[in-house]
Amino acid sequence: MVASHLPDAVQGPGRVDVVLNVNGATHVVRIEPRVSLLDCLRDHMNLTGAKKGCNQGACGACTVWVDKRRVVACLTLAIACEGREITTIEGMADNGSLHPMQKAFLTEDAFQCGYCTPGQIMSAVALLAEGHAGSDAEIGEWMSGNICRCAAYPNIRTAIRDVRDGVGGVRGATG
Amino acid sequence: MRPVSYSRVSDVATAIATVAADPTSAYLAGGTTKIDMLRIYAEPSQRLVDINDLPIDHIEVQPDGAVRVGGLARMNDVALAPVVLDRFPMLSEALLLGASAQLRNMASMGGNMLQRVRCSYFRDAEASCNKREPGTGCSAIAGVNRGHAVLGASPHCIATHPSDAAVALVALDAMIHVQNSGGHHAIAIDDFFLLPGDTPEREHPLNHGDLITAIEVPALPAARNSLYLKVRDRESYEFALASAACALTVTDGVVAEVRLALGGVATKPWRARKAEQVLHGAPATRETFARAAQAELADAVPQTMNGFKIELVQRTMIRALETLTARGAAA
Ligand SMILES: Cc1cc2nc3c(=O)[nH]c(=O)nc-3n(C[C@H](O)[C@H](O)[C@H](O)COP(=O)(O)OP(=O)(O)OC[C@H]3O[C@@H](n4cnc5c(N)ncnc54)[C@H](O)[C@@H]3O)c2cc1C
Ligand code: SF4
Ligand code: FES
Ligand code: FES
Repeated sequence: MVASHLPDAVQGPGRVDVVLNVNGATHVVRIEPRVSLLDCLRDHMNLTGAKKGCNQGACGACTVWVDKRRVVACLTLAIACEGREITTIEGMADNGSLHPMQKAFLTEDAFQCGYCTPGQIMSAVALLAEGHAGSDAEIGEWMSGNICRCAAYPNIRTAIRDVRDGVGGVRGATG
Repeated sequence: MRPVSYSRVSDVATAIATVAADPTSAYLAGGTTKIDMLRIYAEPSQRLVDINDLPIDHIEVQPDGAVRVGGLARMNDVALAPVVLDRFPMLSEALLLGASAQLRNMASMGGNMLQRVRCSYFRDAEASCNKREPGTGCSAIAGVNRGHAVLGASPHCIATHPSDAAVALVALDAMIHVQNSGGHHAIAIDDFFLLPGDTPEREHPLNHGDLITAIEVPALPAARNSLYLKVRDRESYEFALASAACALTVTDGVVAEVRLALGGVATKPWRARKAEQVLHGAPATRETFARAAQAELADAVPQTMNGFKIELVQRTMIRALETLTARGAAA
């Protein structure tokens, strides 16, 4: 019915070649269409920064960006990201120099076990770009999609304020 | 997770034709419900048709003042659109108080209307559940039902409808625009959500292949003074125990116009028509508000663990009405 070169050709359920752009590099993986972006990054590309906490959208440990918007990678299919731009924690440093938010997390001791941290940082950087870091209450509300089991929340907020008011300087403390 | 096959479509006609032609196929929008359901085996294997490239993500003002939101518009984008913030604050708030920033970037308005219930037995493929497997029984009635409905339930299903946005849209008399191979039609939102009755597996009137292209919110000047109040077990990133979407105009101390709908307590987004009837033309006082809330809950049926919701939702309604009365007076 539909010729295979058309974009709506059916792929799967068996393995197919999927071409993904992650942190500016092109990767080709052979995976089933049901593989999530999170499993694809971790198990097929050896990019283990994004973490699996709940695998059901409820914790934010797997937060990455697709076309610059923060999303949860566990509820995203890898194959649905073909042609999109994926950014993970591994892509945050610039030529070996940590992103200001990564530095602020270190300076402010914004983690204990560190399991939630890659997701927190991907959310925190997006938060500043979105302009939702005005007050502590606003930071709390717009960061609520990233659970920290160690409850490092006060220090995470401090790190975000540091970047907001300092190097990042995206927005003043207006509350 | 269930195996799936996948294709991506870029125009509406192909999307509809593709899904309509294959009974095992389904649309994939943000995936925040669909992937979850497939992963926990709550839905069978499917051929997913990715509709994220379809040009139906607009947010437009119509000549008559209505706002039309595309079926693929994302929750965050709708909530933060100036026209929605300005004209329908209750819809903006209902969207922003739902899920998390990440999920709202992914989740579409059409998908939000079709999200599945959060009843833990529905999500547990081992448990009997009339909604997932008709005729097997409802595990929640004799089980853990603290989160379940006190309004609109049946002996076959007592699950609450989980959407916040739908509650605001029901208060606003929104229309759901649907397209299929036969053409286009619109469904009043109150008719879109079905009570469980003895067919809890049927949640809405859509047929296989029907695509939600847009949701239209008719102009309502009174909605400028509106809010969404959501009460839950934690302050953020949690479904409602009780919620109220409310728009109110008070003139000379009397309720001139009111819209009220409830979430977290009913099997569908619940338009509080009995309460609206009591409120219309009555003095805007706490006494009236309490009487209206009581009238709405008169037929409520508690389960073993959720009786508290009957009182909680009345307090939620009263607080919403008092807050809007005070705001209206200050304006
Ligand atoms: C952890 C978590 C917390 C959440 N908290 C809340 C909350 O507090 N409040 C709230 O309201 N919601 C909440 N949600 C639910 C969320 O809002 C929905 O999952 C989301 O809106 C679904 O939209 P989607 O685009 O991701 O749909 P998908 O998952 O892509 O699709 C859902 C269903 O709709 C169908 N579909 C999608 N688009 C269309 C269309 N245009 N036409 C016809 N059929 C279509 C699909 O086939 C599928 O059956 C939460 C979800 C998660 C995972
Ligand atoms: S309340 Fe509804 S969804 Fe939950 S177990 Fe009963 S039938 Fe299933
Ligand atoms: S692992 Fe994705 S949200 Fe928890
Ligand atoms: S640092 Fe341990 S979960 Fe956040």
